[in-house]
Amino acid sequence: MRGNRHFVIIAVLIGVMTVISYAGLNWVGLMPVNASAQAGPIDWLFDLEIKLIAFFFSVVMVPLVYSLIVFRQKEGDETDAVHIEGHTGLEITWTVIPLVIVIALGVIGADNLRQVRAVDPQAIEIKVVGFQWGWRFEYPDGFVSNELYLPANQQVLLKMESQDVLHSFWVPEFRVKQDLVPGLVTEYRITPIKEGAYKVRCAELCGTSHAYMESPVIVVGQEKYAAWVSEKAAAAKAEALASAGKPDAKRGEKLYLESGCKACHSLDGAKGVGPTWKALYNSSVKLADGSSVSSDDAYITESIKMPGAKTVEGYPANAMPSFSYLTDGQVADLVEFIKTLK
Amino acid sequence: MTKSSSRGFQSALLFLVIGLVAGTLIGVILHTLTTGKFEVAYLMDLPSWMLGLLVGIAAFFYGLIGYTGLVRGLVWQVVGTLAGALLVSGIRFLLGLPPFDLNTFGFTEPAWVTGAITGTLAFLAGVGALTDWYMSALGHPLSDEHEHQHGWQRYFGVSLDHKVIGIQYTVTSLLMLSIGGSFALIFRTELSQSGLQVLSLQLYNSLMSLHGMVMIVSLLLGIAGVINYLVPMMIGAKDMAFPRLNAFSYWIAIPAAVLLLSSLALGGFDTGWTGYPPLSVRAPLGMSMFFVGVWVAGWSSILGALNLIVTMLRLRADGMIAFKMPIFVWAATATSIISLTATQMIGLAFQLVLFQRLLGMPFFDVAKGGNPILFQHLFWFYSHPVVYVFVLPGLGVISELLPVFVRKPLFGYKWVAMSSLGIALVGFLVWAHHMFSSGMNEYLRVPFMYSTLLVAVPTGVKFFSWVATLWQGKLTRELPTPMLFVLGGIVVFLLGGLTGPPNATVSTDLHLTDTYFIVGHFHDTMFGGYVFPFFAALYYWFPKATGKRLNEKLGKLHFWLMTPSFLVMTLFMMRVGLLGMRRRIADYDPALSFDPWHLAMTISAFLIAISICIFFYNVYISSKKGESATGNIWKSRSPEWQVPSPMPVHNFDQEIKIVGEPYDYGLAGSVYVQIKSEE
Repeated sequence: MRGNRHFVIIAVLIGVMTVISYAGLNWVGLMPVNASAQAGPIDWLFDLEIKLIAFFFSVVMVPLVYSLIVFRQKEGDETDAVHIEGHTGLEITWTVIPLVIVIALGVIGADNLRQVRAVDPQAIEIKVVGFQWGWRFEYPDGFVSNELYLPANQQVLLKMESQDVLHSFWVPEFRVKQDLVPGLVTEYRITPIKEGAYKVRCAELCGTSHAYMESPVIVVGQEKYAAWVSEKAAAAKAEALASAGKPDAKRGEKLYLESGCKACHSLDGAKGVGPTWKALYNSSVKLADGSSVSSDDAYITESIKMPGAKTVEGYPANAMPSFSYLTDGQVADLVEFIKTLK
Repeated sequence: MTKSSSRGFQSALLFLVIGLVAGTLIGVILHTLTTGKFEVAYLMDLPSWMLGLLVGIAAFFYGLIGYTGLVRGLVWQVVGTLAGALLVSGIRFLLGLPPFDLNTFGFTEPAWVTGAITGTLAFLAGVGALTDWYMSALGHPLSDEHEHQHGWQRYFGVSLDHKVIGIQYTVTSLLMLSIGGSFALIFRTELSQSGLQVLSLQLYNSLMSLHGMVMIVSLLLGIAGVINYLVPMMIGAKDMAFPRLNAFSYWIAIPAAVLLLSSLALGGFDTGWTGYPPLSVRAPLGMSMFFVGVWVAGWSSILGALNLIVTMLRLRADGMIAFKMPIFVWAATATSIISLTATQMIGLAFQLVLFQRLLGMPFFDVAKGGNPILFQHLFWFYSHPVVYVFVLPGLGVISELLPVFVRKPLFGYKWVAMSSLGIALVGFLVWAHHMFSSGMNEYLRVPFMYSTLLVAVPTGVKFFSWVATLWQGKLTRELPTPMLFVLGGIVVFLLGGLTGPPNATVSTDLHLTDTYFIVGHFHDTMFGGYVFPFFAALYYWFPKATGKRLNEKLGKLHFWLMTPSFLVMTLFMMRVGLLGMRRRIADYDPALSFDPWHLAMTISAFLIAISICIFFYNVYISSKKGESATGNIWKSRSPEWQVPSPMPVHNFDQEIKIVGEPYDYGLAGSVYVQIKSEE
């Protein structure tokens, strides 16, 4: 029968086109470097979906183009086409088969998620704080870093908090993404498997400098990691000893840049989300309730640790998160830094 | 057009220029006032230009039609805004609060928001959309305005004719499409290279955010236009069920559009169109204007949808049972069910943030018992289904046009009709797939994965039915432009649809969400599901509205320029997204070496813009000296093509009766529409 010939041809063409388009996409390479254990199952599932995409794209495109070419109106033919209203069996077929496929995909997807979420009770816990516009990593060994050092082949549990608005933790090479929500602690489990330098990039729009909210993520061997941790912990301890009772403007400046103060408080007098720090020290500050206060050490310290206590006129109340996690020494460093801003 | 109208057009252009300059200068003065100093660079400010554009457009219409209709509405809106804002400032003064705030352009934020609402009401009163209700409340008899209005001026004032309103919607939609598209061109220029060259970070964020919502409003107006114009004709009705409500639904969208665009002149905002708190609580004044604008636009959608559903239920011609309606009417109904029931949620979500901003009610502040994730649920409960609001009428156009051009019945009419309702229904159950990484309860992710995957089933029914319709169909030798756009729509929507499931399965979505992969996927669904079918509809029904045919050569140029450029743009978007390009960023790390990809995307975007300009030129030249087409040029069986073009005022001079199946192409002697007097 002539009709059957058409079906054989398009079946062959669908097969060929599926293989070619899948092979083409594979040759181009779709995913970045795979640097975490979690990326394995994700890439596997994505590859399965690419296969399905290649197949269904061909299933629609081949008969579509074939019809346009083969069944096209012939020269001089003005009649209508054959009168076929539908076919219930076919409609049921192409309802049920996709239904089975999506349910199967759902089962596979759920199992895939289970693999990605696999919990290692031995995971190292690191606290991640996101703020406008930067990241801070607080290690259990008592120091804070602006680079996220991670040991290879060891699961890490990131406990993530935000100081201000929503952010999202994403290292493309690790695949998984997780939002940071102010007021909540969200969790992110990852097992890096490839040593190298990557970047965490904020993936949830967080205001002006969202594009630049990136920090280095460095995966090293476990021995190197241990060495780095003990070096950092020792340095932090030494610093704490040194700063006891001896505030230092240099360290204050570093805190200004690394703790997120910079996002809201300018140093050059420009109006930001919060008041500028230029010529702030020992000036008279007008408050929202009409009173005035002298910005001495006590006022600045209070404003850092309990920002809601006093509100400067012309600025929204309770806009600033508390920085009470800073040690007294660190706050003194910040005050010392502010003193230098004439 | 007559000589006097062309003189009117020239003076309108003059007014446009004067308005542009005056508006820009006002913007510069405002900027000077707020910063307390003047800089020459202010003349180059985009927000000032935005104000100039708004004033310029208003002045253009003044030159065109004088102080009446639309122009009176716009003037009243300005006066109403000032009155409302001054009222609040006065109350603040009496309460002992500072009445004015130079940081927010003179008025305080509560004053601006109140002004935005009183301005909207004043616009509606000024344009005349409330006049009939007011008169009938006073007991005056109402005239049927269909009979009195002729000529092009009727498009600039309140008309009750669904065809006029349909065209008003469509033209407004195209205007918004151009504005939203221009925003995209500006920030795409910025993205063509890594580093910041053209825009500041704030301006990039504002433009990118507004591009989203301006386009969404444009799409809402576009589908309202097509539905308003077509559905009454297709079901053999004289008009919509509630013509005055219909006019109101259109006219309330105009002040909404003005508010949306004014947000750029009033400080902008940096949250994207999603307006997630807490960022949207901290954003500048423009955020509030944006919220009020969307809130007001929502009324247009809700009331328009209500009107359509009543029209479909009550005004069908004799014999037009549900399964004998043109398939587009099914799509329009499914879409209207979503608009009628889901739009409230985005209005509510934005209203709650507005209350948090203005009144300090901490709905989304964890420290005070709120929850920012709650906002995302409310927001996506509308904003996912709204995607189907855009897409369903577009798919309806594809199903409507395919049988006409391949001269074969629509394969599985009932299945296609039911799949529209199926998509609409499932669409309500999938919203949280936008939130897989949001920090909502982890276990919620799996049920939403299943429901999201389920959307593929009714969508698949549509694709397979289209292919089966094409199979053995006799496509005309010369491919007419509307059919090109239908085919383009199918291919592009197929790409958009097939790139959906990877976002549905949770683990893969954790990589894909908030990247350019989503941007590419989303633009494919919007272009394939709306833009291509919308253009198909414009090329197909333009003769119905004007009695003239759009130029085929220009139409094909439009198609062949737009389609490849668009495919390159979105495929490259997905490509860089997979490799690590985040959404909504003004700049990207040069180390990722995305520069050449982005340059190609920017060039493609400009080619698309050129193709749209060709379309506008086509509309202009064809309405002037296009080929006359007053008959049934596509040999369609649909009711609207059984009467001459342009359509008579009340559509069908004699009532029609449905006696057969809508798509019986190829069946000799089969009749669908019968004129009653010929019985």
